[in-house]
Amino acid sequence: MATAPPLTSPAPAAGINLWRINLVGLATIVRKEVHRIARIWVQTIVPPAITITLYFIIFGSLIGQRIGEMGGVPYTTFIAPGLIMMSVITNSFGNVVSSFFSGKLQLHLEEMLVSPLSFTTIITGYVIGGVVRGLAVAALVTVVASFFTDLSVARPLVTFSVVVLTAMVFSLAGLMNAIFAKNFDDISIIPTFFLTPLTYLGGVFFSISLLSPFWQNVSLANPILYMVNAFRYGMLGSSDIPIGTAYAIILTALVVLYVTVLVLLRRGTGIRS
Amino acid sequence: MYALELRQLRKTYPSGVEALRGVDLSVKQGDFFALLGPNGAGKTTAIGIITSLVNKTAGDVSVFGYDLDRQREAAKACVGVVPQEFNLNFFEKCENILINQAGYYGVPRSVARRRAEKYLKALHLWDRRDQMSRTLSGGMKRRLMIARALIHKPRLLILDEPTAGVDIEIRRSMWDLMTRINEDGMTIILTTHYLHEAESFCRNIAIIDEGRIIENDTMVNVVRKLKREVFVLTLEESLKRAPDLPGYQVQLRNEHEIEVEVEQEQGLNALFQVISDRSLHVASMRTKSNRLEELFLRLVDDKEEQKNAARAAEPGHADGVSAARHSASVN
Repeated sequence: MATAPPLTSPAPAAGINLWRINLVGLATIVRKEVHRIARIWVQTIVPPAITITLYFIIFGSLIGQRIGEMGGVPYTTFIAPGLIMMSVITNSFGNVVSSFFSGKLQLHLEEMLVSPLSFTTIITGYVIGGVVRGLAVAALVTVVASFFTDLSVARPLVTFSVVVLTAMVFSLAGLMNAIFAKNFDDISIIPTFFLTPLTYLGGVFFSISLLSPFWQNVSLANPILYMVNAFRYGMLGSSDIPIGTAYAIILTALVVLYVTVLVLLRRGTGIRS
Repeated sequence: MYALELRQLRKTYPSGVEALRGVDLSVKQGDFFALLGPNGAGKTTAIGIITSLVNKTAGDVSVFGYDLDRQREAAKACVGVVPQEFNLNFFEKCENILINQAGYYGVPRSVARRRAEKYLKALHLWDRRDQMSRTLSGGMKRRLMIARALIHKPRLLILDEPTAGVDIEIRRSMWDLMTRINEDGMTIILTTHYLHEAESFCRNIAIIDEGRIIENDTMVNVVRKLKREVFVLTLEESLKRAPDLPGYQVQLRNEHEIEVEVEQEQGLNALFQVISDRSLHVASMRTKSNRLEELFLRLVDDKEEQKNAARAAEPGHADGVSAARHSASVN
């Protein structure tokens, strides 16, 4: 058997432009994700619009008229920001978890994993995909909401930044779920047992001032409460919690989730044997 | 500089299975290299490590001098891979699959479109460019994966069973393409179960078994190690029994065909002389099996025999069996 010579010294990385590779790669992932959202729009865009329309009809028009005002505004107006935020959370999460997991399941995620793309680029690409779907659904739900109530935006910058940051947070959460998922059950557990309850209890339909002090304090442990209230603050100008605290919590969640996902991918958790 | 270097590469899966047990391998730039071995020998694990789909347990991998641990992205940029399993996005159009893959390697979209057309045409898939990949046959999917691996013009192309399920005509044109791109300077590593393909196209070869390289040499040298070959001769005469050919073992296959074992040093001229002396006329001749296949089986079988012999020679082996029997009889 031929004796192998020692390893040659590492070659300089000159000639391989990693910046260009990652920029073109990022644009490719984003285009692929947006194309996927558009291709299956009946699954990605329409259902949330129908669900939210039903919420407005039942909670807004039918029950809301009997409730009267909440937080100083008509009940339908009060729930509108919460419902928009709810659709952003579920859709940005759902987009990334289903896209990344189907790539794992069909093995075509390997197309990206064998390529020279950095994990930061891959994460960013999927997150942008999640944000795009979240914003697309938010826009549609806002149009639906405008048929039921007069919507205004008190603080556009706050409104926009909170919705984008929240979509980023839940895109990363969806990515983390997909990394660990081994079957379809695993991608439905988090939305069913954590995301939906936390969203419903996160001040979408009520102000936490209605709760007893004990449950108010319990509610403060729910990060979604801060996101919903920050968004409501942006639209209506009123909130149950200080806006600074909300930004701090959203940004902390963003950093923690990003670092966790990056470490998981670098270790090969869920993607390499 | 080598296209690929593996040093003491080891992989132990969490289940405890040792897939690679210290593999050393060097593949020269521009080589057409065969990596062969039985199922479960460690070929796909080695390819998985080179392409970053499998975490290695120990050892070093270097691609064109780029260390896979320290210069991972640069190393990966040099490699294109056609995996054994289908890993296409079934809901994506064929052309888009290629354009996206090019994008992951930094190839601009306009360039990627031109290349996609070139490779789809070369691999007879241009008519299918707008079809979703799930609608393709197995052979077409395999060809699409080859086009996808070529789209960023890698310096090292790894083909893991590329012709499985591909019909003969297309397979021939695929090998024409592979030969051309190899002549243009692309290094190719091939694993295949069609050993005649490896013998026809590869210049160097490594045989891996149970996670270890058991043979690594030029194809010419490896095939030369085969001391004996069996030829099937079709005769014009009709025979009732095997003819007596002094110095050769002969078997009658049917009334027109005989099998003759020829030692390497005997040569074929001497055989034809003996046949001619018996007034027999050869209409055609072929080898009974592929030479590399024969050698491959012999190497793997030899190793299995050595292992069994070593196991039998273990001091406690026979005693252990008899003790167990004794124990059973006592109870």
